[in-house]
Amino acid sequence: MSDTKTTPAPGDRTVIGVTFGNSNSSIAYTVDDKAEVIANEDGDRQIPTILSYVDGEEYYGQQAKAFLVRNSKNTVAYFRDFLGKDFKSIDPTHNHASVHPEDVDGSVSFTLTDEEGEDATPSTLSVSEISTRYLRRLVNSASEYLGKKVTSAVITIPTNFNDKQKAALIAAAAAADLEVLQLISEPVAAVVAYDARPEVEIKDKIVVVADLGGTRSDVTVVASRGGLYTILATAHDYDFAGATLDKVLIDHFAKEFAKRNQGIDPRENARSLAKLKFEAEATKRALSLSTNANFSIESLAEGIDFSSTINRLRYETIARSVFEGFNRLVESVIKKAGLDVLDVDEVILSGGTAHTPRIAANFGAIFPESTNILAPSTTPAAINPSELQARGAALQASLIQEYEAEDIDQSTHAAVTTVPHITNAIGVLSVSQSGDEVFVPVVFPETAVPARRTVIVAAPKNGGDVLIKIVEGNTHIKVTQPQPKANGDNSKAAKVEDANSDEDSDFSDDEEEEEEKREKVWKVGATLAEAAIRGVKKGGKVEISINVNADLAVTVTAREVGAKGGVRGQLNA
Amino acid sequence: MATALVSLSLPSLPEGWAAEKDFKPIGKITKDGATQRTIEPVGPHFLAHARRARHKRTFSEDDRIQAQERAKNVEDVDEGEISEPEDPMMLQRDAKDWKNQDHYKVLGISKYRYKATEDQIKRAHRKKVLKHHPDKKAAAGRSDDDNFFKCIQKATEVLLDPVKRRQFDSVDEEADVEPPTKKQLQKGNFYKLWGSVFKAEGRFSKNHPVPQLGDDKSSKEDVENFYNFWYNFDSWRTFEYLDEDVPDDNENRDQKRHVERKNANARKKKKAEDNARLRKLLDDCSAGDERIKRFRQEANAAKNKKRLEKEAAEKKAAEDAAAKKEAEEKAAKEAEEKAKLDREAGKKAKEAAKNAVKKNKRVLRGSVKDANYFVSGDAAPATIDAVLGDVELVQGKADPDELAALAAKLNGLKLADDIKSVWTEEFKRLVATGKVKESEIKAFSS
Repeated sequence: MSDTKTTPAPGDRTVIGVTFGNSNSSIAYTVDDKAEVIANEDGDRQIPTILSYVDGEEYYGQQAKAFLVRNSKNTVAYFRDFLGKDFKSIDPTHNHASVHPEDVDGSVSFTLTDEEGEDATPSTLSVSEISTRYLRRLVNSASEYLGKKVTSAVITIPTNFNDKQKAALIAAAAAADLEVLQLISEPVAAVVAYDARPEVEIKDKIVVVADLGGTRSDVTVVASRGGLYTILATAHDYDFAGATLDKVLIDHFAKEFAKRNQGIDPRENARSLAKLKFEAEATKRALSLSTNANFSIESLAEGIDFSSTINRLRYETIARSVFEGFNRLVESVIKKAGLDVLDVDEVILSGGTAHTPRIAANFGAIFPESTNILAPSTTPAAINPSELQARGAALQASLIQEYEAEDIDQSTHAAVTTVPHITNAIGVLSVSQSGDEVFVPVVFPETAVPARRTVIVAAPKNGGDVLIKIVEGNTHIKVTQPQPKANGDNSKAAKVEDANSDEDSDFSDDEEEEEEKREKVWKVGATLAEAAIRGVKKGGKVEISINVNADLAVTVTAREVGAKGGVRGQLNA
Repeated sequence: MATALVSLSLPSLPEGWAAEKDFKPIGKITKDGATQRTIEPVGPHFLAHARRARHKRTFSEDDRIQAQERAKNVEDVDEGEISEPEDPMMLQRDAKDWKNQDHYKVLGISKYRYKATEDQIKRAHRKKVLKHHPDKKAAAGRSDDDNFFKCIQKATEVLLDPVKRRQFDSVDEEADVEPPTKKQLQKGNFYKLWGSVFKAEGRFSKNHPVPQLGDDKSSKEDVENFYNFWYNFDSWRTFEYLDEDVPDDNENRDQKRHVERKNANARKKKKAEDNARLRKLLDDCSAGDERIKRFRQEANAAKNKKRLEKEAAEKKAAEDAAAKKEAEEKAAKEAEEKAKLDREAGKKAKEAAKNAVKKNKRVLRGSVKDANYFVSGDAAPATIDAVLGDVELVQGKADPDELAALAAKLNGLKLADDIKSVWTEEFKRLVATGKVKESEIKAFSS
């Protein structure tokens, strides 16, 4: 019977998408193929991943967060990353102000009083138990909101979750009566959320997902090829994250407080520090939306109230080193993927910290202007970065809710997901106005095979017989190399200048020209096949479709648009 | 994937280019031109990829099959609603008798009944209207035949109003599943038969989800949960639909109130009957439920286990004690008997020894007599006395074994000298051992 409990029949499922974050969690569902993030009873869409117990009463989310100040001994926070890990390998830095993790037979546990009464004995709860309790609250919120018992979910996880952590998460969810349909990686969930917008056309693109969270930042390079996503490189950073920005603000205001009050440092008192942290986070959020923010705490230390303001410029100045850290992180991961910033078509900012306008502006400076930076401060149509992953998870959940659990397992099996990705582009040769040969990529590099792509190319103005030459193009890793050396140097220099200072527009104009030429740096490689279409009408167009099979055999079909017949040929692997 | 449009144009065919079927394969993708990577299993396009990979379909095959499936789906839905045949008797129904008509059947959705969605009802209604509209009938030459059309309108009115639909569903006996008879149950299928009964009854539940009966393997918790739920069943079933019509003339208020009261009572009564009916269903079901019996047995077994163990231990202790006691008694008895035997044997031996001594003594005395007291002719009484005195001395001093040995030596000896030498030897030995003193010996002193 327990089997049927954990795996409800596909028809009876009520599914949600869950982002179970280290700092905040979100739940989302889909209505009419659109994802909506669910607000919990308190009206929060980002629910702090915190549990607190007061007199046996369980609090979670924002309410529990408030208890970090007054009830830190019975409040657990930042526990997601401990799930499925040994005590040896966890980083308890962020748990300083809440219940500290303990070593119980190598696994992580927390000791707190979760019962009522004066003589209640503290109980030691494993991180799995804490996660289960927290997930149960999330599920309850979703169930109440939807009016139906939520049975199943897709949960997002960082790309560096290992099998043990995955198993621990699935077990914790199962204990909370939640069937995990699938675990999907957080950056891909963010890409899915953007790609699912109805107006979006699925294009072949390289996407950088910068997931800047509260305690960690994960940057991922994703190749999006015909709606199939392949992660090319990832980087994880625990030093530059939301908490680091909080720290900057805490230090700033603590110093100001000390200056005003005979050198009393509120950071030395745990409770004062907790108050500072709480307010610093609120101020940080306010600074993302407006250019000025208040910072005021009653009875910060020794009964003295504190009130101050900060403007965005000042904040950006004192936090500059952190912002630069984000830049370096993004640059390093692009390098790790063997790509250049010019290769990146889209940058998705995800996570709470991504609201900060300066970060988006900085990224805009790193990447060429053709790159689309998707952040609320740069693109009005951007989706709320905090909601991206939950939305992606909800969309995925709605896609697979009709499938049997076994079907999902089979489909996510390595035999299905691991496929060859071609390293060279395949395209056709065309001629520019000046009569030069130009490579038109049809199948881009890093495309998973089997793949099918079609292009429509114009025939010469006067029609007649045309030659279709199918060639391999050099990979975009070498994008800058086929160019004359001087050009490559120029572009580099331009970038450096741009990053260093806000120079006049001359330099950026230069750079833009370089990027305009980017299309032309495709270097023609080996010829694969030639075909001819005879007697194309005047002003006619030719449709060429290239089919790459799983064994790398290529089928080429070419025909004149609107005409019958055509040419078809096969290249064996 | 949308088709990309390229503004640049293709080159013209060079002079003299020719190939078979206008296609000339030249190279192929280099083997090291591909890296094995893992696609993220996310998104609609991945699902399509997985479908193709698992069914080994090519792009065009998959496109075709998907298109077919989509087309078929639409057809299925339509077919299901049209296919229900219309009963000719139903078509003759009087619209005024709408209370007794089966609204679902009128709309041709009797296979869905309470499960029919609003959308299904609307579509069914539209279909029926298209078929039975009076204007169409008039066009066919049959005028004034809008009776069934009115039935359709009434059915739609009831079913699209959530309150009225609920009232009708409450009394829709067609949706009930009859409880299985004993005969049916004898063939097995207990869970299937009763399961469908409770599934149908579950439509009245205010609380969802309604637990299912489960099967043989259901856990105790689930079974208890099931019966608890049903014994505390919270039903929305009402019987307003069966109310007698309340006269709506304003003149006779008393009559109106009377009918209202009567209706209220009737509803209450029917509700009570319904509750009783459900309770009986449950009693019947639980009485035949093997799982409950099994759980009870298991519980009893667990409870009794301790008691039985204790009793067994006590019984064993008592038995052990009894056995021990018996063994002890037996040992005592045996010892007693043995002692008795020993005693008797001792007595006999003593007597035998006594007799032997007596006999030996007789031999000793006889030997000296045979030797005529070691003198020739008649022996003087003094000599006899002396000899016999010595013999008695020996008899008195020597122990029975020595006497026996002496008697054995003397036995058979006839010559006086021999006898005397034996005696003399004996005395010598006795003197040597210190049992007899020289001075005591009279006749045999040497």
